[in-house]
Amino acid sequence: MLSQKDIDQTLVKLAADVISQNSSSKAKDSLVLIGIHRRGVPLAKRLKSIIEKKIKRDLPLGTLDITLYRDDLDTVGHLPVVKNTYIPFDLTDKSVILVDDVLFTGRTIRSALNELAEFGRTRRIQLAVLIDRGHRELPISADYVGKLVETKNDEIVMVRLKEIDGSDEVVITNARHKGAMALQRQKPLARAVKVK
Amino acid sequence: MTSDNKFTWTHKHLLGLENLTAREISHILDTAESFKEISTRNIKKVPTLRGKVVVNMFVEPSTRTKMSFSLAAKRLSADIVDFSPSTSSLSKGETLKDTARNIEAMGIDIAIIRHTAPGTPHMLSRIIDASVINAGDGAHEHPTQGLLDIFTMREQKGRIKGLKVAVVGDIMHSRVARSNIWGLTKLGAEVIAVGPPTLIPQEIQDMGVKIAYDIDKVIPEVDVINILRIQLERQRSKFFPTVREYARLFGINSERLKRAKKDVMIMHPGPINRGVEITPDVADGAQSVILRQVTNGLSVRMAVLYLVSGQPKSEEIE
Repeated sequence: MLSQKDIDQTLVKLAADVISQNSSSKAKDSLVLIGIHRRGVPLAKRLKSIIEKKIKRDLPLGTLDITLYRDDLDTVGHLPVVKNTYIPFDLTDKSVILVDDVLFTGRTIRSALNELAEFGRTRRIQLAVLIDRGHRELPISADYVGKLVETKNDEIVMVRLKEIDGSDEVVITNARHKGAMALQRQKPLARAVKVK
Repeated sequence: MTSDNKFTWTHKHLLGLENLTAREISHILDTAESFKEISTRNIKKVPTLRGKVVVNMFVEPSTRTKMSFSLAAKRLSADIVDFSPSTSSLSKGETLKDTARNIEAMGIDIAIIRHTAPGTPHMLSRIIDASVINAGDGAHEHPTQGLLDIFTMREQKGRIKGLKVAVVGDIMHSRVARSNIWGLTKLGAEVIAVGPPTLIPQEIQDMGVKIAYDIDKVIPEVDVINILRIQLERQRSKFFPTVREYARLFGINSERLKRAKKDVMIMHPGPINRGVEITPDVADGAQSVILRQVTNGLSVRMAVLYLVSGQPKSEEIE
């Protein structure tokens, strides 16, 4: 659906939008980027380098792992791997750009907002995503969208990035596809009955 | 040090390191690495175990381990209740089995148990539905202590494979030694047990451990010296003539350490008997990571609580 070139161009566009929306000196001076694990992290890094070239200034970058704030830990079966949250600066009065690859149900972003609140009272939090695929389950929307894609609820949007997957591309697959099922792995584990 | 995303943890209990694979031990350490950050936040709390109930069943005294588990559970937002034998119905003659079943009837999710009898956590894991974590069973295992020791070694030395670790002292009565040995040998470290012959069971060689009786011969070649406490409360008969003699032959002091590697690391699970197995200047010296171990214990226990909580409450028994 998106090639490497498309992804590059989309990120340049997103970076330009972020800069123009944060042109006031207050916003500019307090701008920080936070990437959500896993694929939001490399995307945030790429945005950082594009924006830094334009504004000629260093931009603080943090990473956020929302696993411990998920609302479905009781039902995911085996627990997801906890990755590093690393925010080496105070978030008080910062203008945060939260970065993720795909915006879908909105639950990840809900978790991220709760977690960010523990790091200080930010000036503002905005959301930047590469893909918005619809099907929200919470009243959440993105401030910067790379590409709006119409999908069916059971389709899977896979963002592959060089840093993690070896190549850049975005593909949509049908959930019934075998490989896709293995990737999703979200089926709740049946609660078995103990045999006494 | 990031874990492979494909790995899934499948244990409902943590009873010991003996029955874990190297992969599983590394997974706990990696998870603990991620939990370290929470203790550096202003608000040191995540909502992960909200609504879950954890009970501390310590039938044997403890300061560090019990507090560490309590704090770990609190940082994960679990509710924690303490059970202490002297003020409980155990002193009226209720069996541990009945006590555990009654506590469980109030609805608990995780039981942390310390007991003088080896195998108690294993027995409990078969009769209650909650997850059971072994916080020390007699001289058998103390898995979270083993894990936090190994975590601290990995943190400070950057690796476990190929490390030479001396475990010094009362190996026979030490659950800490056994958990260290299981974990370290699985991860590829070389372990040397050092102490008086009366306190080193020969069978320990079957666990892949070398035995040495002269600490001064071992000191120059090791990267880590993990010093065990002389457990006077577990010694029914005398295993060495006097405490003074033990201190002279096996006590770690700065004189002995002159022959050690420059970056040798000194560890002790606590509580320390100052002047017996370790001198105060070594315990408080630059090479000591004793307090670091305590700090890391929190992250390790948070990781363990998180991991065991992910399993369904009831498991099918094959």
